[in-house]
Amino acid sequence: MARVTFPFGPQHPVLPEAIQLQLTCEDERVVEVLPVIGYMHRGIEKAAEANLYPNNIFLCERICGICSFIHALCYCELIEGMMRVEVPPRAKYLRVVWSELSRIHSHMLWLGLLADSFGFESLFMQCWRAREIILDTLEMTTGQRVIQSSCVIGGVRRDIDLDMEPGVRRQMAAFQKELKSIYPVFAKDYTVKLRTVGKGVLPRDQAWSLGTVGPTLRGSGWADDARTLGYAVYDDLGFEPVVEIGCDSYARMMVRLREVVQSVELVIKALDQMPEGDLTVTVKSFPEGEGLIRVEQPRGELVEYARGNGTAYLERLKVRTPTFSNIPALLVMLPGCELADVPVITMSIDPCIACTER
Amino acid sequence: MGFLKRARVKSPWILHYCTGGCNGCDIEILACLTPLYDVERFGMLNIGNPKHADVLMITGPVNWKNREVLQRLYAQTPDPKVVIAVGACAATGGVFHNCVNTLGGVDKVIPVDVYVRGCAARPEAIIDGVVLALQKLEEKRSGGVAHAAGAR
Repeated sequence: MARVTFPFGPQHPVLPEAIQLQLTCEDERVVEVLPVIGYMHRGIEKAAEANLYPNNIFLCERICGICSFIHALCYCELIEGMMRVEVPPRAKYLRVVWSELSRIHSHMLWLGLLADSFGFESLFMQCWRAREIILDTLEMTTGQRVIQSSCVIGGVRRDIDLDMEPGVRRQMAAFQKELKSIYPVFAKDYTVKLRTVGKGVLPRDQAWSLGTVGPTLRGSGWADDARTLGYAVYDDLGFEPVVEIGCDSYARMMVRLREVVQSVELVIKALDQMPEGDLTVTVKSFPEGEGLIRVEQPRGELVEYARGNGTAYLERLKVRTPTFSNIPALLVMLPGCELADVPVITMSIDPCIACTER
Repeated sequence: MGFLKRARVKSPWILHYCTGGCNGCDIEILACLTPLYDVERFGMLNIGNPKHADVLMITGPVNWKNREVLQRLYAQTPDPKVVIAVGACAATGGVFHNCVNTLGGVDKVIPVDVYVRGCAARPEAIIDGVVLALQKLEEKRSGGVAHAAGAR
């Protein structure tokens, strides 16, 4: 059988971002995959050395616009750890609320794009319609839809006050109602199952040895979630990671779907338990020494490392994002699949190229 | 006005391409197509083939590797066409102005007709920009503006 190599991307309707996969096919079957990256590289890590360290928050938020709050949270917690700043408890709870809201909006966006990738257009529209409720909540509480800019070193910039809180609860109730109608379609629909069950299998041992993170890893049966490390206040909220054992695209989809349900509960629980108090503490010194932190992003574990020298500029900021660890898994999932399944399997790791290349 | 010309103005097709921004604007462009904002009521459709497109919607500050892809997409889109630069970094480089691998704006590579402000640009602003672009498209069709380069 003759082999044909053709490019998938960088400009492709199913990909909101630019990545190229060079697919080698025999007939309709994919035999080899070569990801070509570099279309989204900006050089953020180098630019972070030229900016004042508090200004890096704005740069870190724009590593990725989908999970921007969690990038800012990660950077702030890292610098706070290096400077030994204790954040007020109310700020910690607010950080949890906003990071869980951004997780919901990221997962709903992804579920919609997955539905689009197997041609279920109306489900795509429903997911994005439900997602607008979350974006409205974010806009109401922080003033921006996608890039919130509400995390600062030493706390948070804005508050969810008593006037706003019932509104947030109402929005969450409205979202739960929407979710109730979407959940069974993903979980039980015949056509959805046909396109996801058994597609893009990532065996349990390989998921670990390839170093995958987040829902890709949890879909293969590993209960590994950086939120169990207890940053912010996740240990007080009784957080338990969601695990599926199916190892295929369906399992990864179910992990994200169940995480949406869980995140809504976490938001409500955080609102219930939120203590009174200050939002920020004053930070005066400069970061010195080294620091490393792991936080859980919607796509998996985000690791940041920084080295400071006691001035207002960092010597080094290193970011390792989840998709960077998940791309090698595509080389196991894709070979042997049908050409028509390539978009579904590529989507199933939730690729965020803007994160990966920075 | 011929049938073909009128149909093109009434139903412009959009090609969206991200040239290395943060995704924030890209998801807002997609949000425009979904039920709440529903840009399809202006006859717009998001498509993947540049040869079918009338409106190019470009986000991001353009990096060196993407430059050639962007030029190729622009060349493949048939005339008359309009280019919308969405977001602060597509206009000036924005927060990425001092990043090593960015060119600092779409207009460094291809001529731009409409700039949409915001970081990330709001869906309302994007729709506003699209409506403005439609007026420009109509002007270009009737020969008011000779080609895209004259629009700046």
